[in-house]
Amino acid sequence: MTPAEHGQRSREELTVVGKSLLKTDGLTKTTGQELYADDLKLPRMLFCRLLRATRPHARILDVDTSRAQALSGVHAVITSRDLPHRYGILPVGQDEEALCSEKVRYVGDAIAAVAAIDEETAEAALDLIEVDYEELPTYMTIEESLSKEGERIQAGKYGNAHRAAALEFGDVDAGFARADEIFEDTYFFQGNTHLPLEQHSAVAQYSADGKLTLWTSTQTPHYVHKELAVCLDLPEERIRVIAPAVGGGFGGKLELFQHEAAAAKLSMVTGRPVKASLTREEVFYCHRGRHPVLMWVKTGFLRDGEITAMHFRSYVDGGAYMSYGAASLYYTGALQTTCQKIPAYRWEGVRCLTNKPPCGPKRGHGTPQPRYALECHLDACAERLALDPVSIRRRNMVEPFSKTVNYLRITSCGLAECLDKVLAESRYEQRLGKLPYGKGVGLAVSAYLCGAGLPLYWNDMPHSAVDLRLDRSGTVTILCGEIDIGQGSDTMLATIVAQALGCRYDQVKLVTADTDLTPIDLGSYSSRVTFMAGNAAIEAANKLRGMLTEAVAEQLEVSPGTLTISDGRVSDASGKMPELTFEAAVKAAETKYGSLSASGSYRPPKLSGPYKGSGVGPSPAYSYSACVVEVDCDPETGWVTAEKVWIAHDIGRALNPVLVEGQCEGSVYMALGEALMEEQIFRGERGPRVLGVHQIPSMLEYKSPTTLETPEMHTYLIETVDPEGPYGAKEAGQGPLLPVIPAVANAVYDALGIRIDEIPITPEKVLRALEARREGKPARVGPTRLPHYTFPRILQVEPPEEWGGRPMAEREPDSQAADGRQPATGNGADRASDEPPRGGP
Amino acid sequence: MGSRTDVPAVSSGTTKIRLNLRVNGEVYDVLAPVHHTLLEVLREELDLTGTKHGCELGECGTCAVLVDGEPILSCLALPVELQGRDVTTVEGLAAGGQLHPLQVAFAEVGAAQCGYCTPGFLVTAKALLDLNPSPVRSDIAEALSGNICRCTGYVKIFEAVELAAKQLRAKAEGGGTGGSPLHTPAAGATVDRQAP
Repeated sequence: MTPAEHGQRSREELTVVGKSLLKTDGLTKTTGQELYADDLKLPRMLFCRLLRATRPHARILDVDTSRAQALSGVHAVITSRDLPHRYGILPVGQDEEALCSEKVRYVGDAIAAVAAIDEETAEAALDLIEVDYEELPTYMTIEESLSKEGERIQAGKYGNAHRAAALEFGDVDAGFARADEIFEDTYFFQGNTHLPLEQHSAVAQYSADGKLTLWTSTQTPHYVHKELAVCLDLPEERIRVIAPAVGGGFGGKLELFQHEAAAAKLSMVTGRPVKASLTREEVFYCHRGRHPVLMWVKTGFLRDGEITAMHFRSYVDGGAYMSYGAASLYYTGALQTTCQKIPAYRWEGVRCLTNKPPCGPKRGHGTPQPRYALECHLDACAERLALDPVSIRRRNMVEPFSKTVNYLRITSCGLAECLDKVLAESRYEQRLGKLPYGKGVGLAVSAYLCGAGLPLYWNDMPHSAVDLRLDRSGTVTILCGEIDIGQGSDTMLATIVAQALGCRYDQVKLVTADTDLTPIDLGSYSSRVTFMAGNAAIEAANKLRGMLTEAVAEQLEVSPGTLTISDGRVSDASGKMPELTFEAAVKAAETKYGSLSASGSYRPPKLSGPYKGSGVGPSPAYSYSACVVEVDCDPETGWVTAEKVWIAHDIGRALNPVLVEGQCEGSVYMALGEALMEEQIFRGERGPRVLGVHQIPSMLEYKSPTTLETPEMHTYLIETVDPEGPYGAKEAGQGPLLPVIPAVANAVYDALGIRIDEIPITPEKVLRALEARREGKPARVGPTRLPHYTFPRILQVEPPEEWGGRPMAEREPDSQAADGRQPATGNGADRASDEPPRGGP
Repeated sequence: MGSRTDVPAVSSGTTKIRLNLRVNGEVYDVLAPVHHTLLEVLREELDLTGTKHGCELGECGTCAVLVDGEPILSCLALPVELQGRDVTTVEGLAAGGQLHPLQVAFAEVGAAQCGYCTPGFLVTAKALLDLNPSPVRSDIAEALSGNICRCTGYVKIFEAVELAAKQLRAKAEGGGTGGSPLHTPAAGATVDRQAP
């Protein structure tokens, strides 16, 4: 068979994959039947409200709850004495308390929780709790965090600069020495928040037999399970976490939140179910969203545009706690090498604490900020080199099946195809620089993970598992811990199982996201579910398919080799056997084997490089995207309108094209919000000095795009059929967000000749840049200086062989640790890079 | 007014009001706290949880319902003022055991991702199609501009409304024969979430 014939046959065999079949929860969601956490109601249920700090940084001298406890209708009031155990999502970040004990670290930090007969009574009880504070110095910006004197936000030997790292791959100084030109730029990306339409909500029920069940709006039932066990000091076996339908996540529901712990404890104290639903204002304060990042990048080029070396620095504003911050920090340095070949790369980063809600993962986790900086920097450098944005990207383009200088293994890579597609469709090259003043086009490219290579805590167990059960009715039940947060992961699993097993799509049922009933899946983060749960499902389905084939062959005395199971029918190529239904095949197999079930699991290959810090960045595959945005900028008002967007995404294979398009379109939407309007801002950064209060904690003030701001969108799916992805599939949920933001900024430059090196690109900044140009100053708005901070001593990493390193076998054994746990050796650092985190979204 | 010092608020004694509401064609006689919004009464007293809380400020459209066919924001409406009016929620869109074409179209073209904003979009879109059976995309964008969706980027929502409009027109053109049958979706895989 020729490869073409093989490809043809493969396509014919895909009867379910590649079809845009009805989403598993489509009709329950359009009829109002879908139940979200706040829709749940249990007999005798109480309602919880949390008392939140009104000071950004203060010592708690006293909390008096006596009047609240005496209020009619109040069943319990708890404080830190009831929840004394610290916890955190990362093993290196056990710095959180469900209710603060000694001090509060941001406005909104929880101090006490009340359970009462209704929300109004609980709220009234909060007003009766008296807290005595002693004010402490407040740190609202990166600059203040790193330079201001006074009591630090968290205990720890590095003060507010609590995490830092410095890595170098190859000889960066030599790379700069051989460069013809070296350019540097500085960028700032303001924080913003996920804004899921569903506010976080949880219902806890503690039963008489000592078991706790928590229904909660979460993307990670498994991690909430583990964190809750630590926080409550209960064995994991006594806790069950269930995620009902989740009304949007985007990274904002990825760890244990204070209200979840409080509801659980209050249920234990009162013996009654307790619901805790956040208000919209509280969601803004709980946050865990996009980190504000100040970035500096310096790149050496040959005259033809070839990159010789890059040095990148990230100053990350973490808020008051770790959350996923150690991983977030590394992500601001990890993926720079995935689109353009960088032969020598140095990255230094610091995450500093501020008295604001902790930041964490939001769609793209730590990578949209540096991707914005890098893609704008490339455009600026192309102009300085008298090149164009396309040729500088083509000159350095990463190739399929290669390795980056920081040890990331690239497999399938459709970057070139994505770029070609958006350039052709948008006619970018013909129109760049040629549109009327105020109109412009911008280009950017990007890559993203298909799941983190490592879990968040050290273990060698599967990242995802699927149990399949067959019933003699023909029903196929999938049990998997994954949670569909709207992205369609349930539909993905049903599609893969129907394809791999040969049943009809409508014979598949799912039970998901229940830590008692379903096998492990680490959660909906890092774009991991399709790749990992999908592969686990194929393994389980293949086992059952083998049993069905054997049983039918034996019963009907035909050769198993001639049997095909597809789309709910079993057929025999030899023609000896009449066609059977899938249900009949199941009956035959149940007769032969008894009750039918099988499990499959997936663990990514070990991909970490031989250096400390290599746990963040590796993934079994990377998706690629390219984007062109066309803008209209009004020089009178500064208003920027994205009029058209062309996005091409290398999906590997689109298991359900409509759902993949939906992920691309949703990513474009969210990116446009971030690029042009969304920001999480607090008093003390700007405006009156009522420190630490969110300036715009409502959907009235925090602007997000509506239907009227929706551009004409053109989405193109590029299929590269990844060798390890399920049916070749890769991710779609996060990657397509990345190139949109820098493409907008580059388009604004084409339209008006101004560089807005700070996100979001607000009308006020556009007008300021135009004003600067009129005054003869650089036509730019963006950061002009970097804070004083001494990064840790750089950890020198010998690059892979592809980039001039010695073969692994010739290296000293202690430099070959492949799991990322190897300590830094022999650099005599004043401060070595911190113990790096594992994995992360 | 008198002194308010140290008087604890006692909400277990909240004044309740008797309401006579007609929702989805059914008449409800309920007692509800006098300050509860229509959204709260629908969800808490009537167990019509299809309508969702979004922003609590009338900004996001998530809580939209129809009153006498017109979309209103139930988080800003007091039920006492709506007695005797016809309230329609997402649960009332299906008629005679048949889904409204918008419900099918939203499911089929992927216009409901997380689904939380979907009920608000559906009722608002129904009000549009009832008035304007042939909306162009800018009409749809205008009509739905008060509804925020954080998942879809709105493109699939536009496509769903256009598809439903087309199907409704086809049915209307069926004319005297009682119209062509409404499109029903092909059966699909299902998910069973572990609600209490």
